[in-house]
Amino acid sequence: MPDRVALFATCVGDLAAPGPARAAVEVLEQMGVTVEVPAGQSCCGQPALNSGFPREAAAMARCWVATFEPFPAVVTVSGSCAGMVRHHYERILDGEWRRRASALFARTWEFTQFVAAYGEELRPRLEDTEQGTVTYHDSCHMLRNLGERQAPRDVLAGIGGVRLCEMRDPDICCGFGGTFSVKFPEVSTAMADRKLDQGQATGARYLVSADAGCLLHLSGRARARTAAAPAPRHIAELLRDALAASRGQGELR
Amino acid sequence: MSGTPHGRSRALNGRERVRPRRPEWAAPEYPPGAIPLPVLAAGALSAPGSAQTTERLVGLDRELNGPGWSPEMAELRERGAAIRRETLADLEGYLAQLTGRVEANGGVVHRAATPADGRAIIAGIARDNGVSMVVKSKSMATEELHLNRHLEEEGIEVVETDLGEYIVQLADERPSHIIAPAVHKAQADVTELFGQAAGEPVADDPNALASLARDRLREDFRTADMGISGVNFAAADTGTLTLMTNEGNGRMVTSQPRVHVAVMPVEKVIPRFTDLATLLPLLAHAASKQTLTVYQTMVTGPRREGEADGPERLHLVILDNGRTRLPGTRYEEVLACIRCGACQGACPVYRTMGGGHGYGAVYGGPIGAVLSPLLADGAQHRQLPFLSSLCGKCYDVCPVKIPLPDMLVDLRADYERDRRGGRAARLAWRAWAAAWTRPLVYRMSLRAVRAADRILGQRLLSRFPGARVWTRTRALPPLRRVGAFRAWRRKRA
Repeated sequence: MPDRVALFATCVGDLAAPGPARAAVEVLEQMGVTVEVPAGQSCCGQPALNSGFPREAAAMARCWVATFEPFPAVVTVSGSCAGMVRHHYERILDGEWRRRASALFARTWEFTQFVAAYGEELRPRLEDTEQGTVTYHDSCHMLRNLGERQAPRDVLAGIGGVRLCEMRDPDICCGFGGTFSVKFPEVSTAMADRKLDQGQATGARYLVSADAGCLLHLSGRARARTAAAPAPRHIAELLRDALAASRGQGELR
Repeated sequence: MSGTPHGRSRALNGRERVRPRRPEWAAPEYPPGAIPLPVLAAGALSAPGSAQTTERLVGLDRELNGPGWSPEMAELRERGAAIRRETLADLEGYLAQLTGRVEANGGVVHRAATPADGRAIIAGIARDNGVSMVVKSKSMATEELHLNRHLEEEGIEVVETDLGEYIVQLADERPSHIIAPAVHKAQADVTELFGQAAGEPVADDPNALASLARDRLREDFRTADMGISGVNFAAADTGTLTLMTNEGNGRMVTSQPRVHVAVMPVEKVIPRFTDLATLLPLLAHAASKQTLTVYQTMVTGPRREGEADGPERLHLVILDNGRTRLPGTRYEEVLACIRCGACQGACPVYRTMGGGHGYGAVYGGPIGAVLSPLLADGAQHRQLPFLSSLCGKCYDVCPVKIPLPDMLVDLRADYERDRRGGRAARLAWRAWAAAWTRPLVYRMSLRAVRAADRILGQRLLSRFPGARVWTRTRALPPLRRVGAFRAWRRKRA
């Protein structure tokens, strides 16, 4: 296990959802890892790329590579951003930058991948059984650009007192899609509703995901709509709470 | 339909009694771009029956795409993908070989650079042969030509004989899916439609409805002067045109009338007849998880001496419409497409909009969002690549591994590079990248957002351009927490 990692909090973490990044730091520290948060980090560049601006995305990508290169490992709380680094950096960078990006990707982890690989010592447990049923939403980019389906499920299975209740179609897009969510808001929202409805049908208390983008969209919709929905929740926060509970330190939200 | 020729066709009997209830954008002649794409997409989403179609499509997707690629089929997929790329590496060479073989077999080959050329060629063939009625089997290439209307204007009756195509023809619509043109129609819709055409109520039963169509079409197969078909694969080494159908109408169309016109876009050519051993099962699997379609019709020239049936004349029309510009570009692989429609049914955006009409193009769904803007007449479709959440499922199901999600991203860049009035957006993104690649400026921008939230509050913030659209259906995240993670880190340090 790398004993020192850099955490990539992502722009969503800075702007809208600080919780997952903080929870990830707490979990990683409990695993005995020294966590650094490089001050130079901002965004992986995905918003620019998906909006049709690959040159600007490439500028962000070079910045990202230069920022995280000095560290033995990188952990991020967004499957989509990790997918961007893995799949798109080699498409928008060339020459030396492409080589450096791919070398850096080889030691870049999505949070649940890192925990699934090295967190066997953790003994997370949620005592409050009311919190125990969760359903998991596969983020498209984590699933397809990163190829990761299993790690988050392994992490959930490792939390005592948690029961994963799969929804009918966990791998169907939630409709966020970055720029898509504001260019085609009706279609995007209808897709979020389908996701929330399926989550609700499982009876789960939380709709857990490992992607800050999806969660931003799903919690925005869950709060605005009248129909009931499970609370969207980042997996790092659920895990952190379970660790805190198993150590008897409370701080359940 | 008044003004369209009628009289001989039995299948189109009563067509004038049908009261179309389609939205204007579902019409065969919907002028691309007439409605702004975001409005069109929202309209398709809320159109009557759309939600029902979504449910049917979701069910179908689970059934077809749930199991994924078995090891055997994954191997077939690799072989098919390789064959298609081999074809594209020498597209003109294979087309020349195909042309030579079809001519040697007694057929006539035409190259149509544009849809207008294609229409003129086919109308010319019809005139030369004194044609007044045409039976058609399924062909998306003829949709690109808007062929039916054009032939009707020439006084020729055109009858679609694929059941789904027949349904959309009676309803005065265009196909909403490449292989399942009427996938947006519920059984009750078809019952009502057929009842109107028949002038009397018909039984609301799938078998009865299919029988009714079969009865009405049978006579037309026998009496039509000309058959027009698509082509699934054209083998360059033998000149064999292969059509795959489940209803056998392809066989009727290519064997009964005295003239057969086959229409294909350039990319339907394949190097060898033996490649069909890979591509036929691959297409059938990708399209409908069949081992093979019920009929494989293989046409190698017109009727020969001593043969009992087949057309006297065979014409092959090869349509370009901008495609031959693509080899050698980053969009080359879109021509690997074998038109299975898998990416459409697998696409959550396509499904949510209740099918393909909401794309406003001949081809909807992921393949349509990529192909439509690349065609020579695709200028009106250049925004289509944005109508995708980039979930990537289309690539997962594609039998020839076309990187559709990457192409969608690249086409967005092309659009932004070329569009008029895009200067403000370009400058804004440039400024964004300049700011966010500088740590200090990035942190200042975080502070600015927090200040804006404190001073203006969420209600005022929600009126900003991007936020306004977002907050119509979604709550804004609590911006007072902007930068909270960094502050927490600082406090602990």
